[in-house]
Amino acid sequence: MQEAMIKRAKELLADGTVNRVMGWKKGEFVYDTTPAVFETAEELEKEFVCNDFTQANLSKYLIKESRKEGKILAFLKPCDTYSFNQLLKEHRIIRENVYVIGIPGGPKLDMEKIKAKGISGILDVKNENFTLKIETLYGTETMPFYEAVSGKCADCKSKKHVVYDELIGEDGDVLASRRFDMVEKLENMTSQERYDFWRGELSKCIRCNACRNVCPACTCENCVFDNPKSGIDQKAAADSFEENMFHIIRAFHVAGRCTDCGECSRVCPQNIPLHLLNRKFIKDINSLYGEYQAGADTTSKCPLTDYDTDDCEPSIVHERGVE
Amino acid sequence: MFRISAEKLNDLFDRIASKQTLYIPVDREDKAAEYKKYESGMTLSSALNTVRSAKDFFFPQTENLAEFRLSGKTIEVKDIRSEHEDFVIFGVRACDARSFGILDSVFLSEPVDTFYKNRRDHGTIVTMACTRPEETCFCTTFGINPTMPGGDVSVFPDGTGYSFLANTEKGKEFMAEISDMLEEGNPAQLAKVQENTRNILKRLPLANLKTDSFGGERLMKHFSSEKWAELSESCIGCGTCTFVCPTCQCYDIRDFDTGNGIKRFRCWDSCMYSDFTKMAHGNSRNSQLERFRQRFMHKLVYHPSNHEGEFGCVGCGRCLSKCPISMNIVKVMKALEDK
Amino acid sequence: MQVNENFEPVIVAFCCNWCSYAGADLSGTNRLNYPTNVKIIRVPCSCRVNPIFILRAFQRGADGVIICGCHPGDCHYTSGNYFTRRRITLLYSMLDFLGIERNRTRLEWVSAAEGAKFAAVMNQFTEDVRKLGPNRRLEDLRCRKQ
Repeated sequence: MQEAMIKRAKELLADGTVNRVMGWKKGEFVYDTTPAVFETAEELEKEFVCNDFTQANLSKYLIKESRKEGKILAFLKPCDTYSFNQLLKEHRIIRENVYVIGIPGGPKLDMEKIKAKGISGILDVKNENFTLKIETLYGTETMPFYEAVSGKCADCKSKKHVVYDELIGEDGDVLASRRFDMVEKLENMTSQERYDFWRGELSKCIRCNACRNVCPACTCENCVFDNPKSGIDQKAAADSFEENMFHIIRAFHVAGRCTDCGECSRVCPQNIPLHLLNRKFIKDINSLYGEYQAGADTTSKCPLTDYDTDDCEPSIVHERGVE
Repeated sequence: MFRISAEKLNDLFDRIASKQTLYIPVDREDKAAEYKKYESGMTLSSALNTVRSAKDFFFPQTENLAEFRLSGKTIEVKDIRSEHEDFVIFGVRACDARSFGILDSVFLSEPVDTFYKNRRDHGTIVTMACTRPEETCFCTTFGINPTMPGGDVSVFPDGTGYSFLANTEKGKEFMAEISDMLEEGNPAQLAKVQENTRNILKRLPLANLKTDSFGGERLMKHFSSEKWAELSESCIGCGTCTFVCPTCQCYDIRDFDTGNGIKRFRCWDSCMYSDFTKMAHGNSRNSQLERFRQRFMHKLVYHPSNHEGEFGCVGCGRCLSKCPISMNIVKVMKALEDK
Repeated sequence: MQVNENFEPVIVAFCCNWCSYAGADLSGTNRLNYPTNVKIIRVPCSCRVNPIFILRAFQRGADGVIICGCHPGDCHYTSGNYFTRRRITLLYSMLDFLGIERNRTRLEWVSAAEGAKFAAVMNQFTEDVRKLGPNRRLEDLRCRKQ
């Protein structure tokens, strides 16, 4: 895969179709790959990487990159194409300046899941027939591939590329995922249990803003939480209320626009399952206003900027499920 | 040197906790470790280090500095300082133990930060020697010896128990309190464990990282390096590296209007944020490149320049494992070092 | 939960200028009683209510928040309250998901002619919130009155 990508990128650079390539760069270890822009064939040859750990969604970078001189080649996984499409819909990316090559998605691996098994000092990870062979400072360890699959890939919603100029590999289909299972489980808890669950999770928040800054739907030039004039700019959650406030408002602001790419939970240094908040909105939208997948197209109206005269009343919230 | 067997460790914790507040690293449900106030029955984490560093104990993420109350035309200023109670932090690694020294050089130099000093005076640091360093560890780069972790008391695990060594007066007092629970140590066994750890340290992938190319005298060379553009291009400007870092010490002071008074508090700030050091005229660092550069220049150049060559990094490796885009101080050092 | 008989909840009511605020006015001129616990905030349209307003009300001491607007189809700005309906449904659902007591939040359509309805809604809502007791799950401890 990586070789095919480098080969195609070099061709497109050489024939002048693009002048830059957006991909991932090798790090110190097998897993610490960094999104990067490559300008020459030599750089690609030397540093370009696409492996089991290239999880980062590149779409958000294209907001800035598409405003620079010339055309950029971007390698997008299926989930990244949804984000890309949503950004196109919101007129944030200049489509003409991006050449999209769709590449097969995951499942990608999450180093933290490997480390959670007690495996430490990791020097190399190889996938041999869905068994991971892990070279460590303390000898070789093995674990099943699927146990190390990242959260965002475990609940994959679609293997389909919704936008691309060309594909490397086959296009996939929308999957019947079980991504709402955990939301449903929480919905069936009592109010007190839900409160305790979220207090436990959100109290871990260190307000690093990684979830916001990585989110392809969070593209405000000046976030309300950074704007002193908003009255709610906070650099730290000085009270549990502010933890709730930040996450509720953030989830609400991306409601109807969140494509469920899972980046928020991936980057959270405290492993807070933030995607559950977004999925709750997606689930509600689907059940109350009809199935909607943000980023699936660039023409449909977002459910929150649309309405129906016979929409349900908010009292529906008070009537269903467990109090 | 005195020793306690592993089975009796919790008895020791119970004893310490009966006299003062004790914090130990414990495993969370997601297997990440964090410091928790000890309650009977808790198990010491086996993880190498906690997600959040131990600096929280002396320099918490938020703390109230003063309160104001308004009545009519008068403002009453309430001094809310109070003597902190004694506490013990158990299981601090050598890197975090060194970070306290770096924080001290900032907060305890004139004018002394009394909030910090209050906590520092009342805390007893019990460190834990490392036996299984990770691939992200590079504390030896900064001259730290993880087999001799320092602090008030050092603890050395040997597989079946823990040996204790007091390093300071405070440490000796701590040891006196628990001396009846300790037995004679086994230096030979311990020496073997340390030898083993030293061998692993030599094999660490980052063992060859050197600080020779950095320091106060390299200011202009590094500041004007062309490498920053490439290094910072994918930085998303979050504060993860700053907030998990044991040595980052920048903060902001803010007022919160509670509706019936004002609470003045300070909270951690990150040089990665767009409104860091924002003043009336605006912001001094407007691009992510400048902000990114600030963070690493501070650790590798400004701090040593202001504090007798002491670097502002302890090589704990937290930023290596937590950065959302895996850009970190090691990559910066490798890019900037003299080739 | 222990019910404190003397507990007087603070209710924040966001009322649209054109219908519900006028409805509140009418209930006053008709000398209908509604509790003094209710603090009305006038907004140009129910869809002006930003989720932050609601959270801020809870932060600063509200025990219940109610939004009142024109009946669907009667919006002074044609469609504002239709948007309100979707947004507020989703927001209330999210608050419920986070374990905030669902009876602390409500949305009612009250026209300028429904003074009696306004009073009835406020009486009922205040009683419901009174039963729940003080807001503890979504309060800011710093703002609690000493």
